[in-house]
Amino acid sequence: MSTSTEQPAAELAATTLLRFATAGSVDDGKSTLVGRLLHDSKSVLADQLEAVEHASRSRGQEAPDLALLTDGLRAEREQGITIDVAYRYFATPRRRFILADTPGHVQYTRNMVTGASTAELAVVLVDARNGVVEQTRRHAAVAALLRVPHVVLAVNKMDLVEYRETVFAAIAEEFTTYASELGVPEITAIPISALAGDNVVEPSANMDWYGGPTVLEHLETVPVSHDLTACHARFPVQYVIRPQTAEHPDYRGYAGQIAAGAFRVGEEITVLPSGRTTTITGIDALGESVDIAWAPQSVTIRLADDIDISRGDLLAPVGDAPATSQDVEATVCHVADTPLTVGQRVLLKHTTRTVKAIVKEIPSRLTLDDLSQHPEPGQLVANDIGRVKVRTAEPLALDAYADSRRTGSFLLIDPADGTTLAAGMAGESFASAKAVAPAAVENDEEGWDF
Amino acid sequence: MTTVAHVHEATDSPFALSHLDSLESEAVHIFREVAGEFERPVILFSGGKDSIVMLHLALKAFAPAPVPFTLLHVDTGHNFPEVIEYRDRVVAEHGLRLHVASVQDYIDAGTLRERPDGTRNPLQTVPLTEAIQQHRFDAVFGGGRRDEEKARAKERVFSLRDEFSQWDPRRQRPELWQLYNGRHAPGEHVRVFPLSNWTELDVWQYIQREKIELPEIYFAHEREVFQRNGMWLTAGEWGGPKESETVVTRLIRYRTVGDMSCTGAVDSDATTLDAVIAEIAASRLTERGATRADDKLSEAAMEDRKREGYF
Repeated sequence: MSTSTEQPAAELAATTLLRFATAGSVDDGKSTLVGRLLHDSKSVLADQLEAVEHASRSRGQEAPDLALLTDGLRAEREQGITIDVAYRYFATPRRRFILADTPGHVQYTRNMVTGASTAELAVVLVDARNGVVEQTRRHAAVAALLRVPHVVLAVNKMDLVEYRETVFAAIAEEFTTYASELGVPEITAIPISALAGDNVVEPSANMDWYGGPTVLEHLETVPVSHDLTACHARFPVQYVIRPQTAEHPDYRGYAGQIAAGAFRVGEEITVLPSGRTTTITGIDALGESVDIAWAPQSVTIRLADDIDISRGDLLAPVGDAPATSQDVEATVCHVADTPLTVGQRVLLKHTTRTVKAIVKEIPSRLTLDDLSQHPEPGQLVANDIGRVKVRTAEPLALDAYADSRRTGSFLLIDPADGTTLAAGMAGESFASAKAVAPAAVENDEEGWDF
Repeated sequence: MTTVAHVHEATDSPFALSHLDSLESEAVHIFREVAGEFERPVILFSGGKDSIVMLHLALKAFAPAPVPFTLLHVDTGHNFPEVIEYRDRVVAEHGLRLHVASVQDYIDAGTLRERPDGTRNPLQTVPLTEAIQQHRFDAVFGGGRRDEEKARAKERVFSLRDEFSQWDPRRQRPELWQLYNGRHAPGEHVRVFPLSNWTELDVWQYIQREKIELPEIYFAHEREVFQRNGMWLTAGEWGGPKESETVVTRLIRYRTVGDMSCTGAVDSDATTLDAVIAEIAASRLTERGATRADDKLSEAAMEDRKREGYF
């Protein structure tokens, strides 16, 4: 083992964690960007690089193929494409990063949905020579739909357009207009060359007209937590802790991860779906008793009254509890190979609660390219995004996804074999905002694949 | 123009969690999901640092109640005595229940055959999968981390295995938000990896923060070792050294703990947690690259083992 100390001790200090996802078409240079971020943050270690060099040589390639760092499956290496999301880890003295490296291939859009679902930031890559293309719009739409709080437009291959500001400005403006219309709250456009290293980790000497942050600088400084005072506090009960031991004969705590907002000792809460109210008498934050806890801390909450509460119930502040309903309207991304059809019996998993449900209606299917809508498609197939109406067997305390990614999201599951069918986002989205255009129906029996 | 619709905030809100708190919170959530949804979960416990951290997190997740899971150790028969001693001590201390699946028993019974290279790591798969079937475990916690290896980087937190314990990387369920889907048919089970998003350094920093005790072999000590395939292996009755190999005494420590026949030691004078952490932060080798012979067998060695039911 090397005894050199080239990495600064500051890396060992307490840092925050940023989860982000990358999206880009096949030849936009996503692997190069990821490779450079990993390499320049010293996250590619000698034996990994050696393995990549060895594998590249045995394939007859002259330069090490950095895509081999992330393509971990036999089938991916054989085909030279990324099939599935890979998670990568790297760190700088300021922050730790979890990167969901999602495939750019059109066929795997559901994997971008997977990566984006937990991301605080999405990097959308564009080739400066091609500008905003269909795939860029799809990626922006997925980021908007999943409500990723921060979007970075990385205009790559600036070296191939002579580092011209006008090229970058036109692409940035077009993208920003499109993404803002979709409701993306924050967009940062950065001109880069992943290959040459411009504005990825080091500021570019070739684009002195650009005064913003490099990609890494932006990743290091973007805020990872939001204004919790503006959030509706939500606590799905995961597990009831009752030791019933000599030492703790009467302890009864409700374990869970705070999904949104903050909870305080002394606060009055409502239990859903029963609607009973009580007061928080204690919060145990994994061994430490605290007065306040916030998302996404895992804690155990103790209550004043011994009321019937079990896994699947939701605690919310009195006066700020979500309405309960058995009718769910949502935008879904269909992620399974078998279609989702009207009349289908499914399971719906929302926070810690799984209930039976029936797909009542599929009012529309969305084309991400132009955001046009196809009414009553009858079914959704893999990678489709559409609106659904679902009737559940029991009332759910569902928030709008726009208000809470955690309590507004759900899965539809096939009760027969457990397959995850669809990723659901409750309430309105841009997929429901536009009037359904009746003209766009015909010639569609093969389903829409992107 | 440079940035658009962009508010740049330099400081995080007071509600930001440290990265260790975020990872801890996520892992605890995963433990509680399994406790809430499965009938017969088990924690794979080897006495290595990752499984030690896993157990520590499980203890915190259900405190002040006991951990609602049993433990399972797949004993290769070539384990470090210090680790077995540690394992038994921890099990007794927390009043846990431990199952041991023994590779040696299978070899003695003639069901498994010793490999020519002497490594028993791949032999663990059969005792593991049979123990899962025999005890009808439906959720099996493993300490695997995605940063360890590129096939592991593709692994879900909840990983469905068929009745033969096989992993099919092309048929994984998408994993969305924190909504883990643990549905499975009878005979199938789910492998669960609460440390998926942790790195080696995170594990060590957490051990330091939580003051978790480890087996002594993780810290620098003098040991009789010999070199094979570029690794320092511990000399012992398991089958090393051969005649052509020479035993020397070196100051070493272990970065991972596994089968003696394929887990290499690293030269080190790190006798404290601080020193170990400084050493890892400066290392230019990954944990597995530095210490595991079996992953060097082929480019897809881990993927192939995992497909067969390895953890």
